[in-house]
Parts: sequence; C-alpha cells; structure tokens
Amino acid sequence: MSNYDAIVIGAGHNGLTNAAYLAKAGLNVVVLEKNEYIGGAAVSRELHEGWKYSNCSYVCSMMRQALHRDLDLGRHGLLLVPYLGTINFGDGDERLFSYHDEQAAHLELKRHSPHDADAMHRFQSDLTRYSQLIRKTLLRTPPDPTSLRPRDIMEFLYLAKQFWKLGEKEIYEYVRFFTMSAADFLDDYFENDLIKAAMASPGIIGTALGVYSPGSSYILLHHVMGDVDGSIGAWGLARGGMGAISAALAGAAQEHGAEIRTNAGVQQVLVKNGKAVGVVLENGDEVYARIVVSNLDAKRTFTRIMEKNDLPDGIYEKARNFKIRGSSGKVNIALSGMPKFSGVPENRYINRGGQGFTGSMETMERAYDCWKRGRWSDDPFVESVIPSAWDPTVAPPGQHWMSNFVQYCPPELADGPWTPEKRDQFGQTVIDKIERYSPGFSDLIVHMEVRTPHEIEQEIGLTEGNIFQGELTIDQLFFNRPFPGYGQYRMPVRNLYMCGSSTHPGGGVSSACGANAAREILIDLRRPNTVPEDDFYDE
Amino acid sequence: MNETDPYAGERLKKSPFYLRQEVLNIRNAWAAWNGYKFAEYYYDTEYEYFCVRNTCGTYDICPMQKYEIQGRDAEVMLNRMVTRDVTKIGLNRVAYCVWCTDDGRMIDDGTIFKLASDKFMLTCGSPCTAWLEKSAFGFADVTVTDVTDEIAALSLQGPTSCAVLKKMGLDGIDTAKPFDIMHFPFHGDTLMVSRTGFSGDLGYELWISPTVALDLWDQLYDAGENFGIQPYGEAATNMTRLEAAFIMPFMEFNEALRTVNFEHDQTPFELNLGWLVDFDKPHFSGRRALLEEQKRGPKYTLTKLDIEGNKPAEGSYIYKDKRCTREIGYVTSAMWSPSVKANIALAMIKTEHLEGELWAEIYYEKELRQYNRVVRCTRKQKPFWAPARARATPPPDF
Ligand SMILES: Cc1cc2nc3c(=O)[nH]c(=O)nc-3n(C[C@H](O)[C@H](O)[C@H](O)COP(=O)(O)OP(=O)(O)OC[C@H]3O[C@@H](n4cnc5c(N)ncnc54)[C@H](O)[C@@H]3O)c2cc1C
Repeated sequence: MSNYDAIVIGAGHNGLTNAAYLAKAGLNVVVLEKNEYIGGAAVSRELHEGWKYSNCSYVCSMMRQALHRDLDLGRHGLLLVPYLGTINFGDGDERLFSYHDEQAAHLELKRHSPHDADAMHRFQSDLTRYSQLIRKTLLRTPPDPTSLRPRDIMEFLYLAKQFWKLGEKEIYEYVRFFTMSAADFLDDYFENDLIKAAMASPGIIGTALGVYSPGSSYILLHHVMGDVDGSIGAWGLARGGMGAISAALAGAAQEHGAEIRTNAGVQQVLVKNGKAVGVVLENGDEVYARIVVSNLDAKRTFTRIMEKNDLPDGIYEKARNFKIRGSSGKVNIALSGMPKFSGVPENRYINRGGQGFTGSMETMERAYDCWKRGRWSDDPFVESVIPSAWDPTVAPPGQHWMSNFVQYCPPELADGPWTPEKRDQFGQTVIDKIERYSPGFSDLIVHMEVRTPHEIEQEIGLTEGNIFQGELTIDQLFFNRPFPGYGQYRMPVRNLYMCGSSTHPGGGVSSACGANAAREILIDLRRPNTVPEDDFYDE
Repeated sequence: MNETDPYAGERLKKSPFYLRQEVLNIRNAWAAWNGYKFAEYYYDTEYEYFCVRNTCGTYDICPMQKYEIQGRDAEVMLNRMVTRDVTKIGLNRVAYCVWCTDDGRMIDDGTIFKLASDKFMLTCGSPCTAWLEKSAFGFADVTVTDVTDEIAALSLQGPTSCAVLKKMGLDGIDTAKPFDIMHFPFHGDTLMVSRTGFSGDLGYELWISPTVALDLWDQLYDAGENFGIQPYGEAATNMTRLEAAFIMPFMEFNEALRTVNFEHDQTPFELNLGWLVDFDKPHFSGRRALLEEQKRGPKYTLTKLDIEGNKPAEGSYIYKDKRCTREIGYVTSAMWSPSVKANIALAMIKTEHLEGELWAEIYYEKELRQYNRVVRCTRKQKPFWAPARARATPPPDF
C-alpha cells in the first residue's frame, strides 16, 4: 500500500500534463496507466520493425505554446515541424492544391473560382476572429453561470469584455455560427464545391455529424483554431511521432518528481464518506492519495471505474447519456516507397503535405448516411498525411508510412459485432479509395494497422472510440463540459477531479485540459499556481 | 567583356552551383553577398529553417572569402594577426578566430584551416585582402592568395547530414570530430570536408574545385533525396545562427575598419569572445588594448535573452526598469524560436547593469496600427539550441 498526494488515472497526454504541473507544485504524484505504453491517443508505436506509426492522433496544432514553453518540452525532445500544403482530391479529376505561399494559393483558388479566391480573404478573416476569441478561453477555467463567487463573476466579465470587443454585429454572427452546419456557414462564402468540401472537412473530423448537420461549423473552428508558432490554422508534425509529445510531457513530469507506472490499470476509485481516497488496481493493489484525478472520459470514469452508489443522484445517468458516439477509423500503412497520385505534378513540396480524399459535399454526406445506418462508409472521407516525407525518424530512408484518418466508421455495426474480418474489410475500403487516386498504391503496402472505433476503445479506452472523449456540440462545451454544473474539473465526489478531453476545452492534443485541471486542484489544495497563462498580447 | 549586355559590368556574379540553385529558387528570392547572386530563400524560409533542424539543408558558401596563406612564416604571421594561438591548431583541424585592430576592435571573425605545417586557409565574411597583406608585411616567407573563386563551397547542416555523406560514399566521415578536416577523392579531384558550420547543429562544409561543383551538388542531392535535403538561404541561416547564439557582422558587430564613429565597433570581450583571446602567446595585433580591456572589463557585453511574450524584440532598447527610465542596452538580433519555443534575442548590454533587471520595450504592428509592450528579459548562459548530436562522434543518423 502506498500513499501519494495525488493519483492521476491514465497517462494520456492530459494526464501527463496534469501530473507535471502538480509535481511542479511540489506534490507527490503517481500516474497509473493501464497499457504498457504511455500517451493514450497521443502515441507512437513500432508495430512493424523500422516503422513508427502515430497510431491515433497524427498532427498537432492545438498544443498550447505557453505550456510547451513553460515545461521546456523542447529540451525533453519535442520538435513540432509545420507541414506544407494539402492536396484535395475531387470525386473525379479535380485537384485543389493548397500552396503555402500566399500568391500561389490565390492563383490556385482562382483556377477553380475567381469568386472564391477573393472570398477566401473574408473567410480567413472571419475564422481568425472567431479563433482568436476561442483561443483566449483555452487555458482558462470556464466560469460557472449559476455561481456568485467573485472568481466566476470576474471570469464572466472577462469573457463579456472579449465578446464586446468584436462589435455588435459580430456578436450576433458569432452566436449564430455556433449552431450552424459547416455547409451553411460555407455557403456564405464559396460557390465551388471542391473548395467548399475541402473547407468543410475539418467540420466532420471525429464527429458523429455530417457537413449539413447543425453544430458542425464549431467542429470546423475547433480544428483551425490552433497554430504552429503563431500561424493560426497551421498544423505540424511532432518529430518522432505524436508519442514524442507524450514522451516529452512524461520527461517534464518525471523531472519534477512524478512517478509513472504502466501496466497499472485502475479497476475502481475508492470512495469513503463521500470522498475519493484512492484506487484499486486491476491486480488488486490499493493506492491511496489525498486526491484522485481521472484522465478517462466522463462516461468511463463514472460508469466503469466508479460504483454507482458512490455517486450523487443523477450523475450516473448523466454519464451514461453523455454523448460520446464514435465515428472515425484510422488506417496506418507502411509503404515500400512514396505513392504517386494521379493529376498531381511531381512538385516535391506539395507532395510533402497532406492528402484530403474529399470528393464533394455530396460524397461526404453520403459517407455520413452510411454511419447513420450502422455501416462504415463505402466511399469514405479520408484525411491523410505521409509523416515520413518530413520526419527522418519514423520509417527507413526511402520508405514511408501513411496516416489515414477515416470518416465515418461506427462503433457498432447494424449487422452484429465487429470482427477481425469486418475490420479488414473496412481497411480495404480505405485502400480502394486511395488506389482510385494512386494506381498501384496497394503494391507498396508493407504492413498496416486498421483501427475501427472498436479497437480504439479496446486499446486506449476512448469510449465508443470517440476521439474527443465526448462530442464537441454546444450542449457539451465550455461550462457544460462534461456536464452542466461540473465544468470546473471538480467532480461530484469530493477530492475527485477530471483532467481529460472530456473537460474544457475538449479533444485534441492541447494539454489544456490537464493544465487547467491542475490549476483548480492547486487552488483547492492551497498551493501556489504553477500553470502559466496563454500569451496572446499580439492577437 | 560581354558585348551584348551593356549592364554586364554591374550584374552579380553567379556561384558555381548557380545552375542548380536557379531551378530550385522557385520564389526568385535573390539577394547578394560579396558580389555574388545569393538566395534569400528558395521556397519558404520557415520550411528551410525546419529542414536544418529536422533533416538537412545546403547553404552556398561560395561567396564567403577564402584565402590561402602559405610559406614557412604562414603560421607566425597568422598568429600575429589573430587573437587565438594558431600554433595550437592541429593538422587537418579548423579553429574559429577573430582579428582586431591595434586598438583591440574587432575587424572580422572567421575560421582557420590548418592544411599543412606551412599551409592554411582562412575564411571570413568580408573581403580581407588589404588587412592580410598588411599583416604579412615584413615576413620573409609568406604568400596570401585570394582563392575565393577557386574553391566552391557548400555547407550541409542538420541532423541527417552525416547520413547523407555516408550515403554519398564518404567512408569514415562519421569518425570526423567537430572541427576535423577529411579528404576524399572526387571525380579526379579532392573533396575536402570539414565538420564545421553556422547552424549550431550537426553539420559539415564541403570544399571542392568549381569545375566539379555541379557533380558534387548532384551527388549530394541524389544521396540526400530520402533524407530531406533542401537548399536554404540567408533568411534560414540567420535564424539557425541566432539560436546557436553565433554573431553576425553588421548585426552584432560593426567591422572596425568600416566604423566611422568612436567605439561603434566592438571588442572580442564585448562579444563574449574572450575565450578566443590568448595572452600567453607572443604579441598579436590589439594585444595591449585587449589586456587593458580585460582588466577594466568590457563596456558592453553581448547577452543571450529569453524574452516574455512572443513578439520578436527587434530593434528594442533594453531598460533597467519597467518604466523605461534608464536605458542600458540594445537588441542586436531577435526572433521567435520555433524549436526552442522561446522569444530569443542577442543584446548588447552595459556590463555594469547585467546583474539587475532587464526590460525590453517591444514595438509591433497589427493591421497598420503600432503597439508596444514592455516585457521582462531573462539572461541565458548557454546557446538557445545545442543538441547533443552536434558534438557526438560518431553522430546519429538523424
Ligand atoms: C484516431 C484518432 C485520431 C486523432 N487525431 C488527432 C489529431 O491528428 N490531432 C489532434 O490534436 N487530436 C487528434 N485526436 C484527438 C486526441 O488524440 C485526443 O483528444 C487526445 O489525445 C486525448 O488525450 P487525453 O489525455 O485527454 O486522453 P487519452 O489519450 O484518452 O488518455 C486516457 C488514458 O487513460 C488510460 N486508461 C484508460 N482506462 C484506464 C484505466 N482503467 N486505468 C488506467 N488507465 C486507463 C488510457 O490507456 C489512456 O492512456 C485523435 C484521436 C484519435 C483516437
């Protein structure tokens, strides 16, 4: 039996961030991870010798720069490298290249639609304005709308002030924006279908919504509000894979004295007299601590590792009804060479960006229809990137690996449970889609890892395989995340906290949830705050 | 002279690598250096910067000045010119050096390659023939030859640089320690490789006759194809050298021989280069003045700063207090470092104020409007970027 100041359940990147900040404040912290590896959905594993996949998340942009800087993650081995433009493939021969250079980007859009090339400026300005506001909330604890505590009131005033700065017209626009569909939002700007589809695709990633579903415009924003070195909307790769982020966070946590135990799955949170006091591990060991922090999603925390009777009335039901529908698959493919795509020039730069097998608005919506019927999409939207074109550390020289994020793939199939055969059929659909644009692609395949929501749930414990630990719809955002009344990282049982993506500001590799939770915990424990604020004085 | 081009006399010279660079300079972003047409960047500064930090890149150093100093007296002559002890440079080794006026003000910095007991190569950023000849005056057996146009040189920097050279067939290159020189047969000529560079990372410089320069380029780019090789220009060089805290002429120092105003040039001590000044060796140019300066302490000290916020402190003054009432220095170079994730700068700060608080007043523009902030600066002792692979022998493959 061991005694700690804090137990963090789960070594996802948020759990590790939380542990780092608690340890930095001088607490004696242990992180308990069920898998033999750390990182959760920010992980890189070598499943085939010489190839290191980023098995789940694959690109980075939400990582809070203030945390990266403050925890000195560079010294712990993290290098985030922005990547260049993306190729979007239409249903037929259309190709949309998003060049990095402003002039080139404009000319390319003009080739598709002179109208849209101009409209892009207004679109980018509006998105940037929305992003700037959202970004200000990321490293802050949402205020409780029913509370009269000075801190909540101050926080509301802060938000009101930020809103007010937008000007009256934009406030209306902003509120409207949150409930719109990506399609409606984009119709305000663009006429060209491929441009619209390319811009809409971030609105469905990880989401059980379609491009025409209300709420998908926020998801779009969620995916473009990040930045790489201040350039908002840019995405980068972590050198060594997304696992390098978790490894650097673990390095920082350990440097401050945190202990990280793998193969230490938690079976149950121990509650005595209405207070969390420790946990029982799957092997029966008990670990005690003053506080317990869960990095698991809300549904898993309250329905899997807690006793219903230990929870106040209604919480179990809230957790059970928490919207956490899985909708995405991931196919990681090791390749013996660089795939060539039809209709794409041998431009060494554009071929080092990402590929969006986008099709059209219609194709994306049909893909969603399949999901609704409990099938994987037969013509899925696939967002791909070839990290090895950038990163010399993840595949042997001259060979590559391709990360394919697939929308949509249901957690449960209409025709019975997932089986390895069905999983492989799903993988084949993705290969077929790529093959359509890259004849000969399948001949390059050396190894592949196919992950449906089923595998994602089994391996990293994301319930239903929902990549965000709970959907990012307005009813589950900000002070409503995970549940109304519990938006400040403190959970219904005393001394129990949550620090995963189920909390504000939600999914994505940002470290923000873990850091915000640490700030609240340190307030409760009357310790000096160790969590920095985001620095946006230039925005 | 070219009869058909009336402007031939004022056009820039082309590097021996130009035919390849021209194709790769997609943005037509050309600048100039020592009369050569020289890339500011090729495709994208940020991309090129990351190639140096993540894979590897080549930087054309043909325009850098190169002098061959030969003869029985070559060593004593150089030893009298530069502040470092040249007799301590081993055969096939390179040493970073500075040289000063009699008043101890810095003329330039550069590297000395010891190629034989009586043969050296000196490289530097600005032409230096007059000073070299002046320094050679009175020595019986030394000749100074400007070989800038006779040697094509390419710097290969970044974590995969050793892997690329190995792939190119340079057997044993991985045994080269920092500042070592090795020679390899190449297309009937000799390729000289030194483990040197200006990036603070693993890197090499390749020296070859211009006649086979394009062959070198092609072979290097063939070998580098799967190691992320990319040419980079002045802009990315300036970023990487600042992270490594290396000084740049007309940024950190104003060359003494081109300085008009009193003490608007610098001494090695002011530039933190005291370690290059060796008072134990025989007389050298500037010795007396530098001895005095060492005793008295430099007026200014070049300082590495980590600055709050993320707006580069370019051109900022440094103050002793937040209210900016007492100015104590000025920033020489500044940038947001994407690798270190810090707002870094080099600044000249009055030595007497080094220990106290340091504040920078930063001006920046946002949609045509000027803003300013006063933010705290923290002194750093070590270079901002200094990965272990830069010193490891053999170096890792990435
Ligand atoms: C396929 C996929 C692709 C994605 N792509 C991107 C992307 O490109 N960019 C991006 O920013 N985001 C992406 N995301 C989202 C992002 O990866 C996640 O939102 C984020 O990593 C979640 O981090 P977390 O720390 O909150 O939780 P998790 O990573 O879920 O961590 C929870 C941890 O708890 C552990 N655990 C579970 N149960 C127990 C138990 N009983 N006892 C002990 N430990 C337990 C798990 O093993 C895991 O390590 C993607 C996610 C997925 C699944």
